[in-house]
Amino acid sequence: MPEERIIGIDLGTTNSLVAYMESDLPVVIPGVDGSNLVPSIVVLDPVAPDAPISARSVTVGNSARRALIESPERAIYSVKRLMGRGLADVQEELKLFPFRLADDIQPGEVLRIRLGEMQFTPSEISAYILRQLKRNAERYFGAEVKKAVITVPAYFNDAQRQATRDAGRMAGLDVLRLVNEPTAAALAYGLDRAKEGIIAVYDLGGGTFDISILKLNDGIFEVIATNGDTHLGGDDIDNLLLAVALDEIRNEHGVDLRQQPDAIQALRKAVIEAKIVLSTEPAAKLDIELPNGDRYQREVPREVYEELIQPVIERTAGPTKQALTDAGITPDKIEEVVLVGGSTRIPAVRALVDQLFQLSARGKQPHTELNPDEVVALGAAVQASILAGSSTTTEELLLLDVTPLSLGIEALGGVVARIIQRNSTIPASATEHFTTGVDGQTNVAIHVLQGERELAADCRSLARFDLKGIPPMQAGLPRIEVKFLIDANGILKVSAREQRSGLESQIEVKPTYGLTDEQVETMILDSFDYAETDFEARQLIEVRLEADNILDKVQKAESSPAWRLLTADEIAAIAAAVTELTTTKAGNDLAQIRASITGLDHATRNLAEKMMEAAVSGAMRGKTMQTASDELDRSGDPEIHAPHPFAKAEFDDSTKINPTSEQQAEPGQNPEEDQK
Amino acid sequence: MSTTSTTSGPAACWACGATLGSFALLCPACGKVQPLGSIDYYQVFDLDRGFLLDTVSLEREFHRLSRKLHPDRFARASAQEQEWSLTATALLNDAYRTLRDPIQRTEYLLKLCGLKIGEENSGKSKSADRQPPADLLEEVFELNMQLEEMRMNQKMGEDDPSLQADLTAARGKFETLLAEVDSDLASKGSEWDAGNAATRENAANAMAAQLDRRRYLRNLVRDVNEVLSTATD
Repeated sequence: MPEERIIGIDLGTTNSLVAYMESDLPVVIPGVDGSNLVPSIVVLDPVAPDAPISARSVTVGNSARRALIESPERAIYSVKRLMGRGLADVQEELKLFPFRLADDIQPGEVLRIRLGEMQFTPSEISAYILRQLKRNAERYFGAEVKKAVITVPAYFNDAQRQATRDAGRMAGLDVLRLVNEPTAAALAYGLDRAKEGIIAVYDLGGGTFDISILKLNDGIFEVIATNGDTHLGGDDIDNLLLAVALDEIRNEHGVDLRQQPDAIQALRKAVIEAKIVLSTEPAAKLDIELPNGDRYQREVPREVYEELIQPVIERTAGPTKQALTDAGITPDKIEEVVLVGGSTRIPAVRALVDQLFQLSARGKQPHTELNPDEVVALGAAVQASILAGSSTTTEELLLLDVTPLSLGIEALGGVVARIIQRNSTIPASATEHFTTGVDGQTNVAIHVLQGERELAADCRSLARFDLKGIPPMQAGLPRIEVKFLIDANGILKVSAREQRSGLESQIEVKPTYGLTDEQVETMILDSFDYAETDFEARQLIEVRLEADNILDKVQKAESSPAWRLLTADEIAAIAAAVTELTTTKAGNDLAQIRASITGLDHATRNLAEKMMEAAVSGAMRGKTMQTASDELDRSGDPEIHAPHPFAKAEFDDSTKINPTSEQQAEPGQNPEEDQK
Repeated sequence: MSTTSTTSGPAACWACGATLGSFALLCPACGKVQPLGSIDYYQVFDLDRGFLLDTVSLEREFHRLSRKLHPDRFARASAQEQEWSLTATALLNDAYRTLRDPIQRTEYLLKLCGLKIGEENSGKSKSADRQPPADLLEEVFELNMQLEEMRMNQKMGEDDPSLQADLTAARGKFETLLAEVDSDLASKGSEWDAGNAATRENAANAMAAQLDRRRYLRNLVRDVNEVLSTATD
């Protein structure tokens, strides 16, 4: 095993995932509940009012889901929409999402979100999600993980990227690379090096839309154009359905639920379920009990639904056409289209993609073999493996990505002078020269912007900084060379030098909506001093949870038909292993508990196979309880849940990525429609 | 481009001590990335300066160098090597972006030759009022009148098919002129490539003038396109 594992993380609007390259194929690492998807929900656990700050704890993921309805004032979801944004940017979001911001945020200040009695920046909330994913990976490996690749929407600007990187640092992760989500998806699909030609990745997630056009050539993935909308996704469809339902409830039942957060959350949950049903069924039913005892009952036919959401879906057409124009190609030159993100399960979205790229007219179909919820995380794992140099499969792969937005500086009259054009391959650089306007001037102010508009006021302000310490000279005489460099993460670095005196100017780059290094430092979640003991304590808690899971599963299996097929010896061996695990679990020896889990796992191997045979046709050899119950979950057996993640070594290729079975899963088993 | 006169790259590889060429991004002996000296875009690809070049082999070379220089290849290297890889790759990307496009390549090479080229995107001077080429004064004047009229019509919500047809015809004419400029640039470029110092100076001056004309024509076509696309919406 390589000494330094690098994990790949998809930090999504709706769900987040962590994946890793297992020899030559990327695999998603499940959480303690057995689920690959960790819902991007964070809840501040209740504490006594006089408890110290250090006593604060949060719950992340599926276990936080209930709090959304029970204590919405302590919970937050879709925080990705707030990453790297300022107060003025989020006014629209605030109308649609139950974000509770602190009252005293100044323009230009990083947002703070209220959860219960505390306040958090969006990066801190994201850090809690990242920490959960990091822990899931650590449990999986049984070792600490420190390095990660994190994906971001291709259309994220500098501030949003910095906020994501800050979140990684707060979670105790060294973020080796930020990778664009559609590019990651292309990597996951393109492991097969023989692929050549021009492909498009259409990525419609929970909160963001990206379109990327790539040229594949002998293992090189060269992005030629990208475009998108960082505020467009499944969330918008949910909001639309929610708004319609709220209006109808007010009109028909005289109840206005808009001021009742818990009722809104319950209604949101119901419309999301209806949306998912409508991807496969001709109609969906809404049936909700209202606070006054009435029932809101409504049948939504697919046609009505599609007409309603058409304007949202249509918003992906503009960026798609722009990307094609920027790439200098027509749709018929696109050889393959890859669909990414849960929202691409919607038939109307697929119809639009088909039309945009003239797919069926050319006898083609979009790629959906990989689970659209997982493909980005899988690609992040591939990129992690490229960076780690840990796999021969990825040795020859190289990703050449671009900057999605032009970089400019404010010139006289508030006009933007572009210095790096959008769709330039990164790293990219530009050198500009500045001088003074007044005799003896020692400072020059520079305003850096990102965006495509002509006026500085319409672009995104990245940073204002001062070139300081210019030697006093006659106006116009100093010659200050400023170098702008966009690195491989899409993040800007600036350096400057006064050329006449040879002085390296002191530059202070203050991000317009960002945290300073010092601020990030104070927000690091786990104090380094305690990291080691914390890690062991955490491992112990988690290994006990796993032990409980497998014990629970074995107990449930006793009533299954497969149990009756076991020999008396096998039953005795299982009983012994159960007793051993129950004993070691009460102690504090991590290694011993792990060994007992493995022991029980071995003892139940035949049982697992029998259960598999009973559930699916064909002999499946070498399965453990883990994979058997995974498969059983998929095949709909409600009895068996929560596989324990330690048994992963037995995976074979057919179960690692099983696109067909994922694709054909019943809608009810795929509760998460949205991904990003 | 920087006009600094910093010294060129070091003469010996920092890692293995092998002798380096004057503008090596990578050591020919051990393959390690080198700190960046002051080198131009042609030197990045080890090419002679010239206006015409084979973009297919340029792309191949771009990919070959990317595989060796890209920061992804240095994730486990020292911080110093990571820094060198970052600046070297940025230079490689900037060079490829400039050289693969014939117009950008022409502008760049003329600047290397010491000519001043109108820099629309350079930031300092957005020279908004440029003089139309002398031979086109009349046509440009008429076109601007028509554009103005068309914009007025659009504001009033009126439709004037004959005006639209005139504009479409004018666009065709100016696009043809644009194509003529491009083909003239190409032939002047090959004159430069093949010529001696005297022919080179003439060709370079002619190209600089053609670039100004081209920029003017392109803006004109863009304006017409804008107005016409509003009309068809």
